[in-house]
Amino acid sequence: MSQFVINLLFVGASFALYIGIAIWARAGSTSEFYAAGRGVHPVTNGMATAADWMSAASFISMAGLIAFVGYDNSTFLMGWTGGYVLLALMLAPYLRKFGKFTVSEFIGERFYSSTARLVAVVCLIVASVTYVIGQMTGVGVAFGRFLEVSNTTGLLIGAAVVFAYAVFGGMKGVTYTQVAQYCVLILAYTIPAIFISLQLTGNPVPGLGLFGTHEASGEPLLQKLDQIVTDLGFREYTAHHGDTFNMMLFTLSLMIGTAGLPHVIMRFFTVPKVSDARWSAGWTLVFIALLYLTAPAVGGMARLNITEQFWPNGTDGEAVAVETIETDPDYNWMLTWQKTGLLDWEDKNGDGRIQYYNDGSEAMAERAAASGWEGNELTRFNRDILVLANPEIANLPGWVIGLVAAGGLAAALSTAAGLLLAISSAVSHDLIKGQINPRISEKGELLSARIAMAVAIVVATYLGLNPPGFAAQTVALAFGLAAASIFPALMMGIFSKKINNHGAVAGMLAGLAVTLIYIFLHKGWFFIPGTNSFTDADPLLGTIKSTSFGAIGAAINFAVAYLVAGMTREPPLEIKDLVESVRVPRGAGAAQAGH
Amino acid sequence: MSEEIASNRYWRSNIRLIQVSLVIWALVSFGFGIVLRPTISSIPVGGTDLGFWFAQQGSILVFLALIFFYAWRMNRLDREHGVDE
Repeated sequence: MSQFVINLLFVGASFALYIGIAIWARAGSTSEFYAAGRGVHPVTNGMATAADWMSAASFISMAGLIAFVGYDNSTFLMGWTGGYVLLALMLAPYLRKFGKFTVSEFIGERFYSSTARLVAVVCLIVASVTYVIGQMTGVGVAFGRFLEVSNTTGLLIGAAVVFAYAVFGGMKGVTYTQVAQYCVLILAYTIPAIFISLQLTGNPVPGLGLFGTHEASGEPLLQKLDQIVTDLGFREYTAHHGDTFNMMLFTLSLMIGTAGLPHVIMRFFTVPKVSDARWSAGWTLVFIALLYLTAPAVGGMARLNITEQFWPNGTDGEAVAVETIETDPDYNWMLTWQKTGLLDWEDKNGDGRIQYYNDGSEAMAERAAASGWEGNELTRFNRDILVLANPEIANLPGWVIGLVAAGGLAAALSTAAGLLLAISSAVSHDLIKGQINPRISEKGELLSARIAMAVAIVVATYLGLNPPGFAAQTVALAFGLAAASIFPALMMGIFSKKINNHGAVAGMLAGLAVTLIYIFLHKGWFFIPGTNSFTDADPLLGTIKSTSFGAIGAAINFAVAYLVAGMTREPPLEIKDLVESVRVPRGAGAAQAGH
Repeated sequence: MSEEIASNRYWRSNIRLIQVSLVIWALVSFGFGIVLRPTISSIPVGGTDLGFWFAQQGSILVFLALIFFYAWRMNRLDREHGVDE
């Protein structure tokens, strides 16, 4: 059976499972559509939230970014898990006590202002749409590979599938489907990692294997990795190279962005009690950590395997022959990935071998001149392909490769669906029902929710064709936007009784606007390529990259809110009582729809 | 009125717990994982140093412990102050 057929079987079977569950648990009423009737156990909820959260960025993209950069990209690991601490301690239990369905409802009521609610909706939509663009990048890579078509065709097919899938059911359908998706994606991520860890280190736990001994050489794995990458002129894997300040800001942006993302927060509205919201955040992180503790091992070990494949005779021996790549089944993955346009090589010096090295390194110049090399011949290696290509690179059995294809699609689909749900509820529930037409029928609300989904997916697909970065980088921008706009408003709403309507609105607008402008200046206006004035290599302010600016945006948000609130009238007494009541768990009861 | 004082005490205990937790949160990630990495680089962990381990494994494990500890502690605090559900 060819690999293509195996992939198709695995992907087909997993889809049949999700759709089956979605039909079985179809949403009947608006309340079920948004919050699954609040009957979801913390562990189940944690699993579903983990699937919702771990997207193409975590599954497909992150390990690749770590593999090719090393220590400096630990930011993704710390940032995307550390946010859960903020969420569990500072937001989830209080928002559950408040007992409404959406984040913007809380902001609207706490700041007794429909303007605040409207601004929150805008912030949510901006962050979510940016997030979906990153997902579509991952969807394109995954569909392109497993259907063996170009990246663009893969993206268009993927968009159609995501849309059909998100329209099927609401949160309830999605909750149980996402439990299934979590199981598929975590198996797909860890099984190949366990295989590879056993091959390289003999340790079945990848997170331990990474710090174990490389059996072939008898040296510690990371030491071996450092050595072979520096042999080829690349930067030492475990060392710190970038700017420390930017690294901290970036980590902080990802953390507070995590705690400000609507589709994650919404999950904590669906547990029965306040104490469950606290446990639920913990369970979510347990299920996320299973992948995040494995990801650095996947990255490091893949880097080692790839380098050794290109230098089968050691880094000081002869490089791999073009003929070997074309005929040896061990190199089959290169031929299949070449079809997607995301991997390519060229024998520049015509010596029949492919030299993969850092041609920008001065240390390599001498060896290159002596050996007649004319530049790095691995001309393209898109980092987003690493995780999906990894089992093929390590020569794992066909069923593992099929499973990984299914897992990558599960990750991208589950998050895209969750985000589309958050966008559609923001538009139909907060914007149309909350602001424009409060007397809209349930049917009308559901219809407008679906129209909003369709519009969002078209915009995201269009921008996903020319994404502003690799999947995880685009997603990081979305986190920056959430960090700068939503998180400060929620936090001040709970922890301060002094912040009033004007303060919150001014803070959110300032945080969002400044961050958005900073991102557009570096990534192009509305992410249209070529319209940027700066690049992240040489940013506008010091060493602060556009992906790290969310933390600065959040600081601006806080400052502006306090300043404006200090100059205007204090919140009325009933709002102070509301804040008091949000702070104690007793009397949470079931949440209510509407107003 | 006495109820208000009780709930104030509950809230202050909560804030204190959050503060302690966040100090640990920042110490293992921004501290050991990034800024303090050079100062603890003499402690070797499997082919590299402790800071690298914190950045790629340790911080995540501590985050997990923190959330469960907070949930357990707060649920007890809820009962002690009679504000549980």
